Amino acid sequence: MKIGVLVSEGPYTHQASDSAYNFVKAAIEKGHEIYRVFFYHDGVNNATRLTEPPRDDRNIVNRWSELSKQHNLDLVVCIAAAQRRGIMDANEAKRQGKDADNLAEGFRISGLGQLVEAGIQCDRLVTFGD
Amino acid sequence: MLHIVNKSPFDRNSLESCLRLAKKGSAVLLIEDGVYGATKGSSVEVKVQGAMANLKVYALGADLQARGVADRVLDGVTVVDYGGFVDLVADHSNLQSWL
Amino acid sequence: MFTSSENIDPDDEGGVIKKFMFVNRKAPYGTIYALEGLEVVLISAAFEQDVSLAFVDDGVYELKKGQDTKALGQKNFSPTYRALEGYDIEKLYVERESMEIRGLSEDDLLVDVQIVSAAEMADLMVEQDVVISF
Repeated sequence: MKIGVLVSEGPYTHQASDSAYNFVKAAIEKGHEIYRVFFYHDGVNNATRLTEPPRDDRNIVNRWSELSKQHNLDLVVCIAAAQRRGIMDANEAKRQGKDADNLAEGFRISGLGQLVEAGIQCDRLVTFGD
Repeated sequence: MLHIVNKSPFDRNSLESCLRLAKKGSAVLLIEDGVYGATKGSSVEVKVQGAMANLKVYALGADLQARGVADRVLDGVTVVDYGGFVDLVADHSNLQSWL
Repeated sequence: MFTSSENIDPDDEGGVIKKFMFVNRKAPYGTIYALEGLEVVLISAAFEQDVSLAFVDDGVYELKKGQDTKALGQKNFSPTYRALEGYDIEKLYVERESMEIRGLSEDDLLVDVQIVSAAEMADLMVEQDVVISF
């Protein structure tokens, strides 16, 4: 089955990102295809490279990056939500005249159409939020 | 339809609204703080038990355990792991999350 | 509507038409979900899907007439609900019980909607292919 996931909250403050991550891992283990994980609202904050959480706890951003690399996942960060919250890749930072970019590895920034497209192409779309 | 509820019934009205709008024969999966809705002895116990006449209710084991309430799950609630969560998603033709 | 990073062509979806329902349960301004939810709805118009909006619980407040945000310094996005018709998004369902317990009547709403009972809303929901909750 083709499954899409929507993550609507940022790391740590809400459990959404953790639940989504655990769900995605379990779905992969069961042989399903994770078509896309789309990060919206504060969910875009899961994609900051500048995270440095305490060492004795899970590193939410890094484990998404690692899972993405391991399974060639499509982790998409909504550009409009990202612009509002200051998540930028190098191109976007240059375009906007910013002096830094912060997008973590394994994520890409794109438009809301990617969420709608996932809804169309997937068999199931699961929302994790507040 | 699979309904996923992630908020405590004492914090939000998500479970209440879900139960009001879930058709007979649907399934409700409680995750995150939503699992408190599956515990014995609370003021929503009667409501949830009543709902189970028409709906199948599930609770995510990992969330029950994390919160120290795995020992008081309501009779009739099925505890599932993340694999079971995935199966529920696959087995229902549509789903929605009550945030 | 589309940014330079958007590389999806809505015409390439293989002619698939799905029933999409966007469920709104949160009031405007206190959180961003109503506004950013509407942004998804507008984008969905380009994909020519069968789109409905459901307003339940505090989501009904999103449609309240007379929103004036000047003193708050936030953008008043409520006119956007009136613009949905121009995007062929006309199926707006509001749950009667949610309105009643909030003391709202149909006259309070800024756009034409279908007011439905909980049972009718439940029937609508169960027919959907994709439900996105904000």
